[in-house]
Amino acid sequence: MEDTLKNIKLFLFSVFGSIFIFSSIAANAVEIEYWQYTYKARVEAIDKLIANFEKANPGITVKHTNFPYADYRKKVAIAISSGDGPDLVQLYYGWLNDYRDSGLIQPLPKDAFSHSDIESNFFSMVSSMKVDGDYWGLPTAVRSLALFYNNDLLKEAGLSGPPETLDDFVAYAKKLTKRDGSGNIIQEGLALDGGIGQTHHFWREVLVRHFGGQPYSDDGKKIAYNNEAGVKALTYLTDFEKTHKTTSNGFMNRGQDAFAAGKVGLYIDGSFRISKFVKAEGLNFSISELPGHNGKRYNFSSFWANALSSKAKGEKKEAAAKFLAYLTSDEAMQIWLDTVGELPAKPSVALVDANKQHKLYGPFIRGLDYATATTFISEKPQRQAVVDAYDMVVLKGMSPKDALAKVAEDEQEVLDEFFE
Amino acid sequence: MSSNFHMIERLEKINPKKVIIWTLLFIGSIIMVTPIIFMVSMSFKTGQEVYIFSLFPEKATFDNYLFVLKESKFLYWGLNSLWVATFSTLSVLFFDSLVGYTLAKYNFRGREIVFIAILSTLMIPTEMLIIPWYMMSREFGWIDTYWGIAFPGLMTGFGTFLMRQFFMSLPDELIEAARIDGWSEFAIWWKIAMPLVIPALSALAIFHFLGNWTAFLWPLIITNDPDMYTIPVGLASFNGENETNWEIVMTASCLATIPTLFVFIILQKYIIKGIMLAGLKG
Amino acid sequence: MFNKFWSDLSINQKLAITAWIFLAVPIIFYVTIRFYPTYEAFYVSFMKWNLLGAKKYIGFKNYFKIFGDDDFWIVLWNTIKYAVIGVPISLLISFTVAYYLNEIKFGHQTIRAFYFIPFLTTAIAMAWVWRWFYQPMPIGYFNIILSWVGIPQQPFLQSVEQGLYAIMAPAVWAGLGFQIVIFIAGIRAIPKSHFEAAEIDGAGRVQILREIILPALKPTTIFLVVISTIGFLRIFDQVYSMSEDSAGGPLNSTKPLVLMIYEFAFDEYKLGRASALTVILFLLLLTVSLLQLWFMRKQR
Repeated sequence: MEDTLKNIKLFLFSVFGSIFIFSSIAANAVEIEYWQYTYKARVEAIDKLIANFEKANPGITVKHTNFPYADYRKKVAIAISSGDGPDLVQLYYGWLNDYRDSGLIQPLPKDAFSHSDIESNFFSMVSSMKVDGDYWGLPTAVRSLALFYNNDLLKEAGLSGPPETLDDFVAYAKKLTKRDGSGNIIQEGLALDGGIGQTHHFWREVLVRHFGGQPYSDDGKKIAYNNEAGVKALTYLTDFEKTHKTTSNGFMNRGQDAFAAGKVGLYIDGSFRISKFVKAEGLNFSISELPGHNGKRYNFSSFWANALSSKAKGEKKEAAAKFLAYLTSDEAMQIWLDTVGELPAKPSVALVDANKQHKLYGPFIRGLDYATATTFISEKPQRQAVVDAYDMVVLKGMSPKDALAKVAEDEQEVLDEFFE
Repeated sequence: MSSNFHMIERLEKINPKKVIIWTLLFIGSIIMVTPIIFMVSMSFKTGQEVYIFSLFPEKATFDNYLFVLKESKFLYWGLNSLWVATFSTLSVLFFDSLVGYTLAKYNFRGREIVFIAILSTLMIPTEMLIIPWYMMSREFGWIDTYWGIAFPGLMTGFGTFLMRQFFMSLPDELIEAARIDGWSEFAIWWKIAMPLVIPALSALAIFHFLGNWTAFLWPLIITNDPDMYTIPVGLASFNGENETNWEIVMTASCLATIPTLFVFIILQKYIIKGIMLAGLKG
Repeated sequence: MFNKFWSDLSINQKLAITAWIFLAVPIIFYVTIRFYPTYEAFYVSFMKWNLLGAKKYIGFKNYFKIFGDDDFWIVLWNTIKYAVIGVPISLLISFTVAYYLNEIKFGHQTIRAFYFIPFLTTAIAMAWVWRWFYQPMPIGYFNIILSWVGIPQQPFLQSVEQGLYAIMAPAVWAGLGFQIVIFIAGIRAIPKSHFEAAEIDGAGRVQILREIILPALKPTTIFLVVISTIGFLRIFDQVYSMSEDSAGGPLNSTKPLVLMIYEFAFDEYKLGRASALTVILFLLLLTVSLLQLWFMRKQR
């Protein structure tokens, strides 16, 4: 009757709707999935490595998925926690604690990855992947910071060679700044991006140390920069924009764009930025190690590590471990360096003379020697702390001491919440 | 010939004050579309030229469009948006009308309660529901599925309210007569009542489709796989990645905007009419 | 047997049952997709939960933490600012345009279309265009224009003072078209006889406006006020796309409530806290809507 007809129609409608539910199809041979964020060179590199690996290991196929950086963390967390997602995942080393805490990854099997091997073969910064007696991931490549400078602009300003000390740094920046008739900046001496980009790392691991302090306590639980050293470091950093007027946050949107357009004299960034500048038409630049101070040098290193997701079990876990071993082999590292421009995670590959003296990579590699990696609890709020401190001083005119005290309080809360 | 006469009549009536007002309005309207004009203009410029302040590029190029279409999953995103918006709109047209009709034309105990309850859902912001929806979707495996993107919007309090208003104005005699003739209730709704409210249906369809097409927050949360993004979500991630290439960003934004504008130009009359209708009954 | 049961019912009963059958699926929908999640949101707001582990009951602690957080008050104030400033400005502009546009015949369609087109755009797409406009010299158009008239460059999005307004602008811009069309419809719905009577009485333009048009537009205005207020209080897309790092900066000066909710939920995985914030948002919207409706009803 009429109602059954109606019910049938409704039923069909809901079936029609349910058709939209996707179902995943199980794979045949052992297929493992590898996730990383989307960056053309890295995608290419992984594809190359996958090709090599699959040839040497028939019976294992690796599916390579990548996501835009902005959503990467969210995707990984969501996928793994719902039982989906990758078997092998790339994570920024600073997320280790978060990922561990949320149960997204599992420790590397000790038989395949012996600790003594790791400790003797990799750069010491990899030790930040060791927690509670287990290694949770290994990098193919590491990065450090170096100073990019525009040869043409330096020459024009009558400067030769890169600045070697923090004081020179300021002097150079001043000479390289140009403004138009109305006082608008048209050439930045130093581009800082207001703390975003690598600047906050520069402040934390380089400047704070130069001025006699350290960013966090040795056990990583307490802020250690809320003191004279930190204040001096923040003052030094913000003075570029505030006092020396060599910097303008937002000029040409990003420091890297302004530098690529030939409108910046000095710029600090990681090795991953090299390809962008190499491609920039008409840009004549060089790279040097970061300026030192009082005869010392510091640097910030970071890396993206490959880890086994907690979802990987049984034969998938074995296959993933095999792929991970290949990813961290010398061969893979050299391929990565050549394709992506990121530095090998093993001294045996990195400190080869050819690489060490390389015009572009040399300064970064040499910088690895004295670099430290911050053990982030949660990168975003900790990065925001530096950005906010910078803004407070430059935009709101707060004293570096007050600004630092304020963000230190907030950041300490983040640490406290994690360790409670 | 008579048109000339009218023209002369009109010319004689020209009031200087009106001309000023007209000009101001006109300038205002141009200002309104300026962002879109520049967006289009920049999409045809090269990476170097994009920094120059000009309306017409010296060397117009399609390279940006080719780049965006090749390097991004724009076509996927377009299809996803189309699929979800269409499915959702059809569902709303069906269910909101059915419920609106039932609440308007049937008398039964509890009718007012149901109406008020549905109306009260207008007060509940979707922002409050995204976390529970997200939890639910994880449970049932709806993440990265069309169903996942669409399910929250399959029925709306607004649409129900609107349709109820329109149905209430239909004469009861029509329905009674059909009943006496032996029509089934469903057939009465579908074949008699619905055709009479087509203007309302089209208004609702337009509103809902547009809202769905431009929805951002929920699709952002429910999709992980770039293949499943809708246009706004895909655009946000694509532009975020390419943010240092303004000409690419503008091109992507153009691709996201132009189809809607195109549809609007064609259906302008209906769209405006529909909105006016909804506004009056609202 | 069913047939006998059915034919024994009265007509009214049959109709009632049919009504409930029609309503069956929708009721299930609303309960599971609207009401139950609302309850869940309240429920989770009393928990500590990071999505992966178990939920831990902590009573009102989330709320205490929220009210004790300086940033929350900044964010709340931002959200209110978006609405309190955005709504009057957009209604004022849209009414003015609607009023005069209504009298224009020549090119009416086209001009109306131009005002309306921004409404069809996605916030994401246009956000980047506006970002471009706000850039400092030598890129940003606004600053270039300012320099032509000798006004110093403005930081716009980079500024703690201007950021919020800079982001509000595209939101207002996009909403104007809709409001204008609704206003025009409202004006046109006024019976011609009212105007004729007024003309006979010798009423001037301003008088007509004040005594005929505005009162007649009251329901329309109420409608638009409520809708746009709710819209501004929920602003998200523009801020997400226009602030650096989607952080609602600089220094939280542009961050609205929804962005804070999103960050707590999907950046920091503090779902209990995020849910508590959504409850606060809900209460805010409810209060504001009810207040507005009550206030407008009271006005004579």
